[in-house]
Amino acid sequence: MSTIDKETARRVAKLARIRVAEENLPQLASELSHILTFMEQLNAVDVEGVEPMTSVTPMRLKRRADRVSDGNQQDRVLANAPDAREGFFAVPKVVE
Amino acid sequence: MSALNELTIAQARDALRKGETTATALTEACLTAIEGASALNAFVHMTPEIALDRARAADARLKAGEAPALCGIPVGIKDLFCTEGVPSQAASRILGGFLPPYESTVSAQLRDAGAVMLGKLNMDEFAMGSSNETSCYGPAVNPWKVDDRTLTPGGSSGGSAAAVAAGLCLGATGTDTGGSIRQPAAFTGTVGLKPTYGRCSRWGIVAFASSLDQAGPMTRTVRDTAIMLGAMAGHDPKDSTSADLPVPDYEAMLGDSVKGRKIGIPREYRMEGMPEEIEKLWAQGTEMLRDAGAEIVDISLPHTQYALPAYYVVAPAEASSNLARYDGVRFGHRAKLAPGEGITEMYEKTRAEGFGAEVQRRVMIGTYVLSAGFYDAYYNRARKVRTLIKRDFETVFAEGVDAILTPATPSAAFGLGAMQDADPVQMYLNDIFTVPVNMAGLPGIALPAGLDRQGLPLGLQLIGRPWDEAGLLNLAHVLEAAAGFVSKPAKWW
Repeated sequence: MSTIDKETARRVAKLARIRVAEENLPQLASELSHILTFMEQLNAVDVEGVEPMTSVTPMRLKRRADRVSDGNQQDRVLANAPDAREGFFAVPKVVE
Repeated sequence: MSALNELTIAQARDALRKGETTATALTEACLTAIEGASALNAFVHMTPEIALDRARAADARLKAGEAPALCGIPVGIKDLFCTEGVPSQAASRILGGFLPPYESTVSAQLRDAGAVMLGKLNMDEFAMGSSNETSCYGPAVNPWKVDDRTLTPGGSSGGSAAAVAAGLCLGATGTDTGGSIRQPAAFTGTVGLKPTYGRCSRWGIVAFASSLDQAGPMTRTVRDTAIMLGAMAGHDPKDSTSADLPVPDYEAMLGDSVKGRKIGIPREYRMEGMPEEIEKLWAQGTEMLRDAGAEIVDISLPHTQYALPAYYVVAPAEASSNLARYDGVRFGHRAKLAPGEGITEMYEKTRAEGFGAEVQRRVMIGTYVLSAGFYDAYYNRARKVRTLIKRDFETVFAEGVDAILTPATPSAAFGLGAMQDADPVQMYLNDIFTVPVNMAGLPGIALPAGLDRQGLPLGLQLIGRPWDEAGLLNLAHVLEAAAGFVSKPAKWW
């Protein structure tokens, strides 16, 4: 059985960019462990020589000419932004 | 004639064409029904102005003749579909206030066919759930009720199923990643079809797990599903996985004999602890198809039991990637920051506030199984098991099986809140009969076949060969007629 400890839970939350309060980490770790244990049934399957599925229907992706077909919609692109200024998405300062 | 909002799509279409009613009258009847059904919490954003505009346009088109089958038919659209200028938030706080500047291909095709959008329908957040309880709007409620409990309409397309079952609209769009059309259809005594992966465009539908997601129709009859699928399906250059195949006239193909069709009964779907009533219903469905002339064969799909654990690796992995875009920069919610907090805090706080518990859980599971050191052990192994699951189906189809009959769900609808203390895996078991179909990309349809002891609907599922929605609908049509399911929920809301 796989166990995710509190430290691993903290790391996963960080990787997923989801803030989890310190006091909720043990509960999260236990839930994630339980789900992973469920997944470990897969270890019983013999997958030797089996190709991992990349596409459920064998199809060649369509190609198209590398041509601009759309654009010049700055206002519409920015219309839903929580903060947009002077034609840009605005975010908190990134570089000191 | 029954109340206008209770007509089937086929009945309404015929009445519209004969001039016995108008799209405006149909639309008004539905709008009134919706107003009186707030207890069901099925519609979460109403669009009455759009609806009445489209109804008037449909009436003009009908008058001019040559209107398509869906012209003037009032439908509901699941909140997962982006609809231009209309809230589309996947039942998530993180997309609060988002107004798409574009229309999804499927809802655009319905619009162009003359269908009348009444509003947006409740669902589980980002389509992750089987009871509608993960919705930021609160759960939709099943119109079926047998005691004091309010029941779940299922999920994730629970609002769609509740609205169709309660006669609030004539049809609705759903999406199905692991059973999200078929399980709610079974819980509400309605018909729901998940098409072959690639049959309907995914463009403009908020992505959950891109290799599994498919849009499909939810209606009150198999014929209506055939009509609606015809308008939703088709190739779309904007979705590179949508199939460039002709879309048959599904309705015209109903009524063919099923004599000699080979129906497989998979032994692995006989689950331990399955209620006797479901076992009985399955046996009855088998007999009905045999009586109609189909040949019944026992089949084996040996990797069935691994479909659910493999799904719960693949789907969260894809979800963690797809949901990375919700970062508080381009759309939706952004958390307020304390002095000194920077961009990382903005991401972390925004996502903690915007995503509900189940979505957070799945994003983190997906992050974990894709992280360095675990990718092979979990993600790659699950994709290999997926190859084996698909191979099981290919083997039986190669042996001449035309379709497979199974139960749709392991139980009837359960009470809202009843699973509150259960662990997440218990909830995942709802999809045990439907998930393999998504893993293999096949078409599947759920249709009502009877009532359980309590008086709640139970559904059967038919699984078809890739791209054979026509054959599948034809079989479902035969089964529907034989089962003669006509019960409707008694109005309490």
